Amino acid sequence: MSEGKRDDRREEKRDPAGTPEVGKGPEQPAAEQAHENLPTPAGERTVRQVGVRRGMFGVRGTGDTSGYGGLTQSIAFPGDAQRPYGGWYDDVADALEVATRGAGLDVAAPRVVIHRGEITFHVRPDDLPVVARALRDDERLRFELCSGVSGVHYPDDAGAELHAVYHLLSMSHNRRIRLEVAVPDADPRIPSLVPVYPTCDWHERETYDMFGIRFEGHPALTRILMPDDWPGHPQRKDYPLGGIPVEYKGGSVPPPDQRRSYN
Amino acid sequence: MSTDYYAASSEAADGRVFTVTGQDWDSIVEGIGEGLDGDESAEERVVVNMGPQHPSTHGVLRLILELEGETVTEARCGIGYLHTGIEKNMEYRSWVQGVTFCTRMDYLAPFFNEATYCLGVERLLGIEDDVPEKAQVMRVLLMELNRISSHLVCIATGGMEIGALTVMTIGFRERELVLDLFELITGLRMNHAFIRPGGVAQDLPPGALDEIRGFVALMKKRLPEYADLCNANPVFRARLDGVGHLDLEGCLALGITGPVVRSTGYPWDLRKSEPYCGYETYDFDVQTWDTCDAYGRFRVRLAEMWESLRIVEQAADRLARLDGAPVMVADRKIAWPSQLAIGSDGMGNSLDHIRHIMGESMEALIHHFKLVTEGFRVPPGQAYVPIEGPRGELGAHVVSDGGTRPARVHFRDPSFTNLQATSVMSEGGMVADVIVAIASIDPVMGGVDR
Amino acid sequence: MGLEEKLPSGVLLTTVEGVAGYMRKASFWPATFGLACCAIEMMTSGGPKYDLARFGMEVFRASPRQADLMIVAGRVSQKMAPVLRQIYDQMPEPKWVLAMGVCASSGGMFNNYAIVQGVDHVVPVDMYLPGCPPRPEMLIDAILKLHDKVQHGKLGSNRRNEVVEQEAAALNALPTSEMRGQLR
Repeated sequence: MSEGKRDDRREEKRDPAGTPEVGKGPEQPAAEQAHENLPTPAGERTVRQVGVRRGMFGVRGTGDTSGYGGLTQSIAFPGDAQRPYGGWYDDVADALEVATRGAGLDVAAPRVVIHRGEITFHVRPDDLPVVARALRDDERLRFELCSGVSGVHYPDDAGAELHAVYHLLSMSHNRRIRLEVAVPDADPRIPSLVPVYPTCDWHERETYDMFGIRFEGHPALTRILMPDDWPGHPQRKDYPLGGIPVEYKGGSVPPPDQRRSYN
Repeated sequence: MSTDYYAASSEAADGRVFTVTGQDWDSIVEGIGEGLDGDESAEERVVVNMGPQHPSTHGVLRLILELEGETVTEARCGIGYLHTGIEKNMEYRSWVQGVTFCTRMDYLAPFFNEATYCLGVERLLGIEDDVPEKAQVMRVLLMELNRISSHLVCIATGGMEIGALTVMTIGFRERELVLDLFELITGLRMNHAFIRPGGVAQDLPPGALDEIRGFVALMKKRLPEYADLCNANPVFRARLDGVGHLDLEGCLALGITGPVVRSTGYPWDLRKSEPYCGYETYDFDVQTWDTCDAYGRFRVRLAEMWESLRIVEQAADRLARLDGAPVMVADRKIAWPSQLAIGSDGMGNSLDHIRHIMGESMEALIHHFKLVTEGFRVPPGQAYVPIEGPRGELGAHVVSDGGTRPARVHFRDPSFTNLQATSVMSEGGMVADVIVAIASIDPVMGGVDR
Repeated sequence: MGLEEKLPSGVLLTTVEGVAGYMRKASFWPATFGLACCAIEMMTSGGPKYDLARFGMEVFRASPRQADLMIVAGRVSQKMAPVLRQIYDQMPEPKWVLAMGVCASSGGMFNNYAIVQGVDHVVPVDMYLPGCPPRPEMLIDAILKLHDKVQHGKLGSNRRNEVVEQEAAALNALPTSEMRGQLR
């Protein structure tokens, strides 16, 4: 089950190497000091840690006498929601489960995150076409419109760095859900949804162009925004912003990604 | 002439490529003639490249058309000529500075870009209900004025592309009225970074409401001119009727929203189905037409301008009641602190604000400093709040990792999605209809390429 | 017109360069190279309120073969740069380039991988116009300054000498980063 894999990764991340003693409060380990010290809203009982933020001003090593260099904050995304989800989310989850079971293939139950009134189904890449077809065709689901594919690169989320996010809209039921698929950098292949939602054509091309995710089964996966022979995938986090230093009289300002800035 | 680097014919993988630059059209004829001796079918079709620099393609759009005589057998769009990397740039700027970037994407509808981004950020911050009423009313006012100006440009440039130049001049004349209002309220004619997370940047200046009401009255007299000029004009009808046909199933398969889907008769409008910024409290109708063609989209846009005027009137009435109300969230850790004012040497920092932060309140100084340099931090998560832009569903997928900068912002731009319909609308028709079909989709290349 | 009455026996003395410059600037046709937001402001400059037709410039020639002035209005992306150069090369001499807006002048706010940091990397620019976007009045001001430059342009060997002088001056000029003590 994908749930088990998630827990393992969370255990590994809980104690990142070199957490300074300073970060540990009296009763709370560093990782538990949540973002902004906001109380976790009801319904979001778990958090999923993806990486750690160190320091505050982007200064490393000696030279930073403020003490903020030792600051360690966890980057904790909202965690999985537990049944019952509330509202129409349960109907959609039930209908989806029934429809995908009916498809016969071994489709794992998607991990569900509900945050700020939006529901996200984390689906395995191989299950994506079946899930999408069920979402589009089933009477109770009827998500006719796919708003588009959005790529996100999480370099700290080892094994699942590249995410593709699909926003689906049901005009009949006036609902929106989100599907999220995660693939590793080493093997960034996701089945294409063009046979199910033809609108994904250009969106998948753009996601390929910007992130390098290969959509298998796409009719013509080529670069769409950058020139055809451009090397690299620009919106990945390891691709530099690419600016040049700006000259002024007697000095120059480095491009935005090389300036010292708040973390 | 002999050193003209572009006037050559070359062999590409699929066949011969001719670049004609004037007085050498015979080279195509000869070249095709040569081909006919061998493989006949290969040379009857000609692939013509239209753009990216072309007066009739709506901006820097490259159309690759395979022609058989005057009929288009295949039409493909080449985009990316205006790709600016705005989304990546926003990852290196604070959340409020991001507004300045995203406003320049779809440059004919800047307030809509700002609004969808700010709504996404506000949802992540959890302050959706705390945005003051005056800010919401101002957002609606500015968005509807922007809708009017955007539709005016669509009609103006669409008219220009088919040769109706008077429509262009009167369209831009009316647009100047809207831009004057924008300049009065926000300080800039275009690319205002005015809608910010938490509200809007400044309060309405004195005299703005009178100007708005005067504008509405004037537009009610001017808008019928477009109808008189175009609706029953035989040349206009002949060029637009039946062109660019796309029915409802086609629209849904291609993910098309906005006036295109409303021209099929389906009244889908996010202001009604998923209201934001208080749209559910305004009285307006969703305009549709039923012919699924370019003429229908034109009529839908004209009618939407009238509806937008209605909303502007209602918004102005509400603003009259809300004199002195705040325009930013009460939470000082998020609200944009500084104010601008017109001084003796132009627009600059408001002296009242400077006096307040320097002399009266230490906390205000700290907030101003921290918010302008570091910015506020947004809790981790992702949000997608789509709004009804002039071209369709415009949404910003905002991902935060808890920092002062966005981790990822991706804009679902309606022009990008709607432009995929070019092939469907154009193939089988004539070359001239391709122009009309694209003009009826109304793509703005800044939004397409971002 | 009243000019003939004021002249001694209807004769006006001028230079060939003066007349040529006047002819060139009075009917100075721009090529359509509108890219982004600045293109919209350029279109409104041609519109009724800020009328470019007063200067003989309302005909934006679609074909670069018939144009004198290329107003690069908007951000030039990496994909568009070769197209820009091709259009510039297709314009016949004499030709001028006006970089409208900060994106065309220097890359503007988009200091990144996708935008050419100033079209002077691609074509020689005669007039830089800052603004984001520049108001139509600012565009007209830049165009009028360019008209001055065109009016006073030289012909023939004078022009060749002028070009040599300008190139020498540009090569020997102090680079911006070497200027000291001038914060303004």
